[in-house]
Amino acid sequence: MRTADIMTEKLTAAFAPADLAIEDESHRHEGHAGHRPGGQTHFRVTIVAEAFRGRSRIERHRMINEALAAELQGGVHALAINAKAPGE
Amino acid sequence: MAIEQFIDNEVKSNDVVLFMKGTPQVPMCGFSGQIVQILDYLGVSYKGLNVLDSDELRNGIKTYSNWPTIPQLYVKGEFVGGCDIVREMFQAGELQNLLKEKGLPVKEAAQG
Repeated sequence: MRTADIMTEKLTAAFAPADLAIEDESHRHEGHAGHRPGGQTHFRVTIVAEAFRGRSRIERHRMINEALAAELQGGVHALAINAKAPGE
Repeated sequence: MAIEQFIDNEVKSNDVVLFMKGTPQVPMCGFSGQIVQILDYLGVSYKGLNVLDSDELRNGIKTYSNWPTIPQLYVKGEFVGGCDIVREMFQAGELQNLLKEKGLPVKEAAQG
C-alpha cells in the first residue's frame, strides 16, 4: 500500500475529518537529503476536523504526529501540515 | 543525559535558537531555509545549531521537544514550532508579537 494511503486511513480513523488531502511532494525534493528513489518521503497534509477546534497550532501538529508516529519513524522524512477546524 | 543538558543549556542561555539543517548562511533544507528567511527579515538575532553536525543532536532535539521533525525554533527557552507553524505565525503577525512580548526587538516592514 502506498504511504499516502496508509496515512489517509490512519488520519481518517483518528480524526474523522470533514476534509483531508495528502499530497506526495517527494518529486520536489529530488537530490535533497532525505529523498529516496521512488519518492514517498515528503508529504503535505491538509486536514479539516472538529477535533482541532480550540487546539493550538502545536497541539494540532502533535495530534497528527502521534497518529502518524510509525510513518515518521519509518520512511517519511518531511510532513508539512495544515490543520484547521471546520469554518476556520 | 549529556545531550539533553547541552540542548537545555542552549535554549535557555540564548534568546532565540534555531535547530536546523545547515547553517543560517547555508541552509541545507528548504524548511530550515524558510525560518532563516523569516528571522532575517525580522532582523532577529539568533543562534543556529546544525543538526547535520551530530546524530546525537539530531535525535536529541526530537526527544527534547517530543517533536519528530527539524527545523525547530525556540524563543526564551520555549518551543515555538517547526516550519509550518512559524510561517503561519509570521503571516498572521503572531510571531512578531511573541518576540516583542519577550522583549526582543523586530524590524517592522518599511512603511509606504
